[in-house]
Amino acid sequence: MYRPCGTFDETYIQDIAIIRTPMHWSSLIAGIILLFSLPFLVSGKYLSLLNLIGISIISVHGLSILTGYTGQISLGQAAFMAVGAYTTGLLAVYLKFPFWLALPCSGVITGITGIIFGLPSLRIKGFYLAMATLAAQFIIPWLIVNVRPDLTGGTDTLVVPTAHIGSFAFNSQERIFYLVVPMAILVTFLVRSLVRTRIGRAFTAIRDNDLAAEAMGISLFRYKLLAFFICSFYAGIAGSLWAYWMRAINIDYFLLSDSIWYLGMVIVGGMGSVPGAVFGTVFIRTLDLLVKNIAPWLGTVVPSLAGVAAAALGPFVFGLIILVFLIFEPRGLAHRWEVIKSYFRLWPFSY
Amino acid sequence: MEAQSNTAKLRVEGLHLSFGGVAALSDVSFEIKEKEILAIIGPNGAGKTSVLNCITGFYRTQRGDIYFEGKRITNLRPHKIVSLGITRTFQNIELFTGLTALENLMAGRHIHMRHGSIAGSLFFGKARNEEVKHREIVEDIVELLEMEEIRQKVVGSLPYGQRKRVDLGRALALEPKLLLLDEPMAGMNVEEKEDMARFILDIHELKGIPILLIEHDMGVVMDIADKIIVLDFGEKIADGVPQEIKVDSKVISAYLGS
Repeated sequence: MYRPCGTFDETYIQDIAIIRTPMHWSSLIAGIILLFSLPFLVSGKYLSLLNLIGISIISVHGLSILTGYTGQISLGQAAFMAVGAYTTGLLAVYLKFPFWLALPCSGVITGITGIIFGLPSLRIKGFYLAMATLAAQFIIPWLIVNVRPDLTGGTDTLVVPTAHIGSFAFNSQERIFYLVVPMAILVTFLVRSLVRTRIGRAFTAIRDNDLAAEAMGISLFRYKLLAFFICSFYAGIAGSLWAYWMRAINIDYFLLSDSIWYLGMVIVGGMGSVPGAVFGTVFIRTLDLLVKNIAPWLGTVVPSLAGVAAAALGPFVFGLIILVFLIFEPRGLAHRWEVIKSYFRLWPFSY
Repeated sequence: MEAQSNTAKLRVEGLHLSFGGVAALSDVSFEIKEKEILAIIGPNGAGKTSVLNCITGFYRTQRGDIYFEGKRITNLRPHKIVSLGITRTFQNIELFTGLTALENLMAGRHIHMRHGSIAGSLFFGKARNEEVKHREIVEDIVELLEMEEIRQKVVGSLPYGQRKRVDLGRALALEPKLLLLDEPMAGMNVEEKEDMARFILDIHELKGIPILLIEHDMGVVMDIADKIIVLDFGEKIADGVPQEIKVDSKVISAYLGS
C-alpha cells in the first residue's frame, strides 16, 4: 500500500481509512460537485448516457461482488434486472406502490430470486455454474412473457408511472439524474465498505480457496447464497431505477447479450475491484455510444459497409475490447489506474 | 465424563476410512491430552493427513468416533468443527492468495466477529469498531510470528517459507483450543525449520494449547514432541514417548530404516 510521502498512521482507524488526506477529501468533494452540476452542462443523449451509466454501475457493483469477489460466474444479471424492473412495474401499476416503497421491494424480491438461481453454486463451480446461471437468463424472461401476459404486457411494453417524492416528480432526464447518480454513489460506498469488512473477506476467501475458507469456519452455503442475494438485490435496484427512468419496460432490454455486457464491464474494469466496476461501466457504455455515433459516419464513407456497420460494429468493438483486456490487462482498468497513480506520485522525479 | 474430558482433549476411537476398496485408515485410536504436543509420523501414504482430514471433517469416516472435549464431532461439517475450536494448517499451504497477509489473518478471525452484511456495508460504527478490535488481536500474532515486514504484501507474491508462516498465523488467529499442523516444516531449510520449531514451542507455551503435528523430519519430532504415534499402511504400529519410539523394532523396520 502506497501513500503520499509524510502520511503516517497512528491508529488502526487511520490505517484502514480509504480517504486519508485533505487532498483526497477535497478531490472527492470537488468530484461530486462537478458530477451534480453535469445536468446544467450537458444535455440530450449525453445526459441519458449518464443515467444509463449510473444504473449500470449499480448492477455491475452487484455482479462484481458475485463474480469479482466471490468468484461465482453469473450470466443472468440482465434477467435479474428484469425481475427488479417488472416487480417495480407491477407494484407501481397495479398496487399503486409509491416509488420509495417499490424500490426496496424490488431489490428484496430480486434478491430472493437470486438465491433460488444461486442454489446450484453449492454443488458446481466455474464453467458449469455459468451454464446453470444461464438458465436464469432463459427461464425468467420466459416466465415474464408467458405466465401473466395480461399483467406484464407479454412481449409488449409495460408503462410505468413516474416516480414521485412528495410533489417532486422525476419526469425528465435532468430530474431522474438526481435520483440515479446519488443512488450509484451510495451503492459504491456500501459495496466498498462491505468488501473490506468481515463479509467481504469471507467472499474473497471463497473465491481464492474454498477449502481453506471452510477450514476458517466460513460456511460456503451461507456466503455463496449471500453473495447471490446481494448481487441480485443490486440488480433489482438497478432494474427498478431502469423502470422509473424509461417509464416503459420491455423484455428486450434484458437479454442474454446484456448479461454478457455486464460481465464484460466487470472484466474490463478489473475483477474484484470497486473502482474497477465504475471504470468498466463508464468505459464500455461510453464506447458503445461512440460506436453508435461512428457507425452512420462509416456508412457514408464506405457505402458498401453501411448496413453492416450499423448492425455489427457495436458487438465487434465490444468483443475486440474484451480480447485486448484479457490479453494485455487482465487486471483491468482499476490496475492501470493504480499504475498511473503511483507513476504520478513521484512525477516528475521518478527515479 | 467431565473428568475424562479434562485429561483427553481429543479422543479418536477405532477410526476407519476407505476409498473404494483401499483402506486408508483402519482402526486408528489415540488421544491428545491437555497441553501435549503429539506427533504423527509414518512413511508416505501411511494415512497421516487422512487422520487430520477426518478430525477436521474434510473426509467422512465409515467407522469410528472422534470426541473433542467429551463431545462427539464425527463427520460434522468442517466449518462446524472449526467453530468448536479445532484449527489446522495445510501441507500444501491453502492461503487466500489475493488477500494480503494481514487480511488472511483477519479472515482467520471470521468466527469471532459478529457484524453482518448490513453493518459491514454501512462500515462506520459497529463494523469499524469490531475491525479495529480484531486488528489489535491480529497484530499480536503478527508480532509473535515476526511478520511485520510482510503485513501488507499480497500473499500470492510471498516466498514459500513466509507463506507457511502466514498459514500458521491464520490458524492462530482463530484462537484454537487444539491446533493441527500438517507438515509445517516441509520443504524448508535448516534455518527456517529452526524458526518454525521455535514458533511452535512459543505458541505451545504462550497459549497452552495441545498441538497435533505431522512431520517428516525425525530430528524435529524427537526434539519437540511429548508423544509420538507411528502409522504404517493406515494402521497404528506404535505409540509412546520419543525415547521408546527410537528403539521400537517395528518402527525401525517401517520407517527409520534398518
